[in-house]
Amino acid sequence: MSVIVVLIGFSLIVASGFLVAFLWAVKSGQYDDDVSPSIRILYDNDEIKSEQTNTNQNKV
Amino acid sequence: MAECIHCGQDCGKNPVIWNEKQFCCNGCSMVYQILSEKKLDRYYDMMPTPGIRLEQENTSGTRYAYLDNDEIRLKLLDFSDGGISRVNLFIPAIHCSSCIWLLENLSTLHHGIMHSNVNFVRKEVSITFRESEISLRQIVELLHAIHYIPDISYNKGNKDDHQKANRRMIMKIGVAGFAFGNIMLLSFPDYLPGGEAIDKFMAGTFGIVSFILALPVITFCSSDFFLSAFKSLRKKIINIDLPLSIGILALFLESSYEIFSGSGTGYMDSLAGLLFFMLIGRWYQSRTYQSLSFDRDYRSYFPIAVTRLLDGKEDFVQLKDLKTGDQILVRNGELIPVDSILTDGEGNIDYSFVTGESIPVAKKAGDFVFAGGKQSGAAIKLRVEKEVAQSYLTQLWNEDKLSEEGKMQMQSIVTKVSHYFTLIILVIASGAAVYWSFTSISKAVYVFASILIVACPCALSLTIPFTFGNVMRVFGRNGFYIKNTEVIEKLTRIDTVVFDKTGTLTHSRSMNIGWEGNELSKVEAQWVRSVARNSTHPLSVMVSEWLPASILLTVNNYQEISGLGITGMVDNHRIMLGSRKFIAGNETSDESKISSVYVSLDNKLRGFFKMENHYREGLNVVISGMKNIQLHLLTGDNDSEEENLRTYFSSETQLHFNQTPVDKLEYIKELKQKGRNVIMIGDGLNDAGALLKADIGITIADDIYHFSPACDAILSSSKFGRLQDYLQFSNSALKIVYASYLISFLYNIVGLTFAIQGLLSPVFAAILMPLSSVSVVTFASLSVSVLSKSKKF
Repeated sequence: MSVIVVLIGFSLIVASGFLVAFLWAVKSGQYDDDVSPSIRILYDNDEIKSEQTNTNQNKV
Repeated sequence: MAECIHCGQDCGKNPVIWNEKQFCCNGCSMVYQILSEKKLDRYYDMMPTPGIRLEQENTSGTRYAYLDNDEIRLKLLDFSDGGISRVNLFIPAIHCSSCIWLLENLSTLHHGIMHSNVNFVRKEVSITFRESEISLRQIVELLHAIHYIPDISYNKGNKDDHQKANRRMIMKIGVAGFAFGNIMLLSFPDYLPGGEAIDKFMAGTFGIVSFILALPVITFCSSDFFLSAFKSLRKKIINIDLPLSIGILALFLESSYEIFSGSGTGYMDSLAGLLFFMLIGRWYQSRTYQSLSFDRDYRSYFPIAVTRLLDGKEDFVQLKDLKTGDQILVRNGELIPVDSILTDGEGNIDYSFVTGESIPVAKKAGDFVFAGGKQSGAAIKLRVEKEVAQSYLTQLWNEDKLSEEGKMQMQSIVTKVSHYFTLIILVIASGAAVYWSFTSISKAVYVFASILIVACPCALSLTIPFTFGNVMRVFGRNGFYIKNTEVIEKLTRIDTVVFDKTGTLTHSRSMNIGWEGNELSKVEAQWVRSVARNSTHPLSVMVSEWLPASILLTVNNYQEISGLGITGMVDNHRIMLGSRKFIAGNETSDESKISSVYVSLDNKLRGFFKMENHYREGLNVVISGMKNIQLHLLTGDNDSEEENLRTYFSSETQLHFNQTPVDKLEYIKELKQKGRNVIMIGDGLNDAGALLKADIGITIADDIYHFSPACDAILSSSKFGRLQDYLQFSNSALKIVYASYLISFLYNIVGLTFAIQGLLSPVFAAILMPLSSVSVVTFASLSVSVLSKSKKF
């Protein structure tokens, strides 16, 4: 039964890893704006970029 | 009716057509052209009509020239290194996903922009750019060109503080949640029948691990509660955090003792769980409208820099560096930042910002001009008479400190309740401890701690955050934005409401028009309309909109005489529109009372358009809904409207006319000295002092992100008619709070009966305490949403 103590130790280490990841995410500002990321993910950036390179080539 | 592709407004009868698309104005079509040229027209596919219409195009190309000034530029930039800079601009117009998309693709519009990122909640865009390719001024001009006008001012410190506090709060919730979950797992054997069978070694280990996990909870997560309790003690007040802190500490010390003495497993799971819930409550309560600004002072209205004329040369100085006697230049659409004397040019000053009255006032050389007006027309030169901080209107803000004290005196319900609560609990706990000390000292200590633990007013402290937090969100959804939850509590005590008139009770931009005189024939009306269409003066615009639609005729020899009127030739007929003085040469006594536009055709007076204030819809409902509340009206106007106002207000209402901004402030002060709880409802800068002084200052705004003086709440003007509903709703919310208090007291009585007898077991505490918190939160949230449905919010 006492093996549980070892298991608890390991599970706590893993859980702390996630806690640290969460704190880092908060600190780096990922929770500051909860609206635009949800919208941003739907944008197709390739379209504009390809057009941009086209116009650059035209200039050259 | 066709909708403008860009902004969605009605295009009228003469839409601007470009590329077979219809626009309401040239401004909108220009933006469309810029965007489609750069292949950014997906902007219009994502959301229908996402664009912003500019009511008044500011055409002068030097509007943002001050951004080239190094000192100002460096103050605005977030960071600048090696030719690469970053700036954070507040753009109130951000409102939809198309906005985000366009602003994050700014690099397509100009290759000097490397990267741009939108923070939707704060309505900010952060732009990284190469200084060698584009300057800050050019970026702002570019944003202006696509109608995303940044609001440039220095004071953004508050927002950053709020953001930091919010991050810290979320981190605390995270840590508390982490500890709660893990300790719960370790304490689980205690809850199961036969849990006592667990062997000694394991129980001890579990206890020590729980203790280690609880350490960050007691040090990091509870720090706010301890600090606040300590601060209030020093001020000799008892607030809710004092009994909370006592409870938390008792819980922690008792549990630690049990763990290390081996006598039990303690209540660490309850401790972490309670802090987790309470932190969520605090976070919920502190969530405010980040993009709205409630404490603006004059600095956010006035430009950062002005054009100063020195030996005939123009340069830009920061507003605070302006000295008495300086010559300044104010262009079309710019704000006059200081009290000054007009030295050159024709002033045509729109004080809508200050008084809510949008009809410009004419000023000539030598006249005194107050700060806060907006020049429309050609550029004017002014001589500074008073420095910014000494100007008439800005001085109203200096009353600030006074009002802070006045507002502090109001004691919240929580403070009152917790005051008695703490005393009673301490008496009960000491009484019980004395009683048990005759039997055994260790039992007495245990009972003392148990009482403090079980009486910890966690449920009490959750009531207000969840009830008022929810009410605040309900209000926000309905166009009434309050600064914080304290405002709701204050709303319930209101017994006096003071209204401003112009712009608050009346519409600032529309008026009722009537024609007095000989009926105009169809052709004559067409002539008048053709001439009026040439002027952008609000009265001309109203006249041309009111007259029946007709084809516009060519106007020759058109002339606009500032402050007097307009004239022009149509079909060889001379049409004159303007003041009585301009048309007939003399003024009548009632001239100043009602704004009228006189009309003469071929030098023959035909009559006049009578303009009357147009009261907001729902004014009747609002007034009849405030039966037990004393109403007052303060206005800077003369008493010409008195009769009209009396049809709305009962005879008990006091109407005061010709009030200066300082009079308004003094009036509120007097009411407060009489012990009344006052709401001031106003809109302009001239109400700023009164809004600050009142218990609650409510600003009415057409555009909530703009032009609201410092206040406690912003009411969207379209919701004016529901004002009394908000008051009633707050009262009902207070009843919910009382009911929740009752529930949590019941739990406390049950808990206390066990604790006094020394029968409090960890399992019992672990179930009772979260249960009381959860049921109070559920009750508060549910009743608010039921209430809001029944009131049709």
